Amino acid sequence: MSATGAPIHLPADAPAWRLRDRLGLAFAWLTGLLFCAVCAAIVVFLVVQGVRYLRPDMLWTNPKVGFNQNETGGFLAEIIGTVLVTGTALVIAVPVGVGVAVWLTEYGRPRGLARVVESTVEMFAGAPSIVLALFGVIVFQAPFLAFLSATTQGHAYGKSFFAAGAILSLLALPIVVANVREGLRAIPDHVREASYALGKTKITTIRRVLLPAARPSVITGTMIGAGHVIGDTAIIVLLLGDTYTLQAVGHIPLLGALRGTDSTLTSFIYANAPTGDLNQPQKAYAAAVVLLAMVFLLNIVVDISGRKARELKWT
Amino acid sequence: MAVVDEFLLDAEEPRFSEDQRAELWLGALVCGVVIALLAMVVFIVAQGWPSFVHNGLSWFASGGKVDAQLTRIAQSGASGKAVYTFRAWPLIWSTFLTTAGAVVISFIASLFVAVFMVEFAPVPLQRLLEPVIRLLASVPSVIYGLIGVLVVVPFIFHHLISNQMETSVTPVIPLSGESLLAAVLILTFMISPIMISIFVEGLRAVPRSWLEGSIALGVNRWRSFWNVAVLTARPALISGTVLATARALGEAVMLSMVGGTTGFAPNPADGLLFFVEPSRGLAATILQQNDNFGSAPMKHTLFAIAAVLLFSSLMLSLSGWAAKQPMKRYFNVGGATA
Repeated sequence: MSATGAPIHLPADAPAWRLRDRLGLAFAWLTGLLFCAVCAAIVVFLVVQGVRYLRPDMLWTNPKVGFNQNETGGFLAEIIGTVLVTGTALVIAVPVGVGVAVWLTEYGRPRGLARVVESTVEMFAGAPSIVLALFGVIVFQAPFLAFLSATTQGHAYGKSFFAAGAILSLLALPIVVANVREGLRAIPDHVREASYALGKTKITTIRRVLLPAARPSVITGTMIGAGHVIGDTAIIVLLLGDTYTLQAVGHIPLLGALRGTDSTLTSFIYANAPTGDLNQPQKAYAAAVVLLAMVFLLNIVVDISGRKARELKWT
Repeated sequence: MAVVDEFLLDAEEPRFSEDQRAELWLGALVCGVVIALLAMVVFIVAQGWPSFVHNGLSWFASGGKVDAQLTRIAQSGASGKAVYTFRAWPLIWSTFLTTAGAVVISFIASLFVAVFMVEFAPVPLQRLLEPVIRLLASVPSVIYGLIGVLVVVPFIFHHLISNQMETSVTPVIPLSGESLLAAVLILTFMISPIMISIFVEGLRAVPRSWLEGSIALGVNRWRSFWNVAVLTARPALISGTVLATARALGEAVMLSMVGGTTGFAPNPADGLLFFVEPSRGLAATILQQNDNFGSAPMKHTLFAIAAVLLFSSLMLSLSGWAAKQPMKRYFNVGGATA
């Protein structure tokens, strides 16, 4: 019975779904199930291959020269390289990204400049990483940036963790900016007004109230950015040098390593694919499953921080 | 300079409050970032300029063998007499084919998968699929390349390429299974999770009451969803497509693994052969020439390629933005994430 009391009854010959609708629904089911199958195939295939070829000792031995794939060691240097280069990139991208996002949401004057900033950063979200890499190759060979990499007879080598990290930070920057902005925008104005009413200045409000409240978004942005940085290969191949072990420059512990060259898991996989220089598919599968595990962990962190951001309900 | 002066004055009489100083610093940071990014664009175009000037518009045309031209350009660096002759058409055509092919296929597939996931899939399946899609969207492209080169490429070589096909083109190109088909296939798998996750987000954001209204009017569930939700989520469809296209356009590593190392423009007139012909796009060319950066003419040529790629990706974001303008009255969904 409807609200007005008039009975609702479908006519006996209620129109069945038209053919087009039925076809559409069938196609949606078909593609959906096909997609599930492909997902399952990819994930299962990688895990099976990885577990078949991954030996625990690969995680703590460096690559070395050998006659067959049982003798060529593991990829400790690549794991360290991945962590170091991602760290370098994030150390640059996160503070800058948070700064840009804060300026855009909280200040944003003059309006014209804000629009320019917004569109420039957004456009760089789609810039091909190979283009950024090519740019980096030339820039870091410039004499005034020579201190960031190895030098031979006064010529900068231009390939180091600093170089790769700096260029990779450009990949993470737009993502950090977008996520932090979204987090800051979600905070209603009365929170800011409450802080001003207590006599706090704008910058104190940002530092003590807004950024802590937006922390889940900052973490989300950082982790999604880290995912992109970890997964990039082109920049690593061009800018981290072609050594498969960590080659530090100078004797200062961390600084020397950062000026040195190495590979990461992605460039290791690239080199170990049949198209690459080393061509050891078993090692490539093993490294791929480790890389996949890292990406998976990052995704879990993103999930958790995303849930926290949603739990924060302003009234 | 002005900022520094004011800081020196600050010690005597605070002309700027702490607050204003913070604003100036943040403003300076933002200006620095923007200037650095724009300077990068200018630098790339300037570095590529000699190649464009020497070739004129025929840079984009076809003519001669592109790989032979690249070899000559690389060698001319040492001889002192720079050669710039370069016809990029095979590379441009290859990038266009792989990108367009993958984007068209994955747009259609992703739209239906997203509709299925949001509206029609059983809830447990939705719960299971969502994290899987997000994981697949963040799988590094080199892993897709690895699967491609170890699974798809051998499959194509053993099952789709006959000896007869191979001998018919032996003098021109090798058919090793590294092909347009493999490139499009793997690229489709690579970009569709990105599209699906953004589409799903957009479709989820459509108010439930709009759909209920449509269903209450007697429109069936499929038609309601298709005409109300999908139409409302158009901004998200555009964002997802633009993001995925940018990915496909700039993909170098995966395509150089499965697309082959030959600079060749696959010809649709070749019939079935078209799909198994190797081709190498613009981005993959830069990657594969990474030993030749020392040669000045090569450097300029590669920067010209980079400038073309950068320009295309900027135009892509611009057209995505322009396409979304008339839809401003819809809420903006799927704008920021991913």
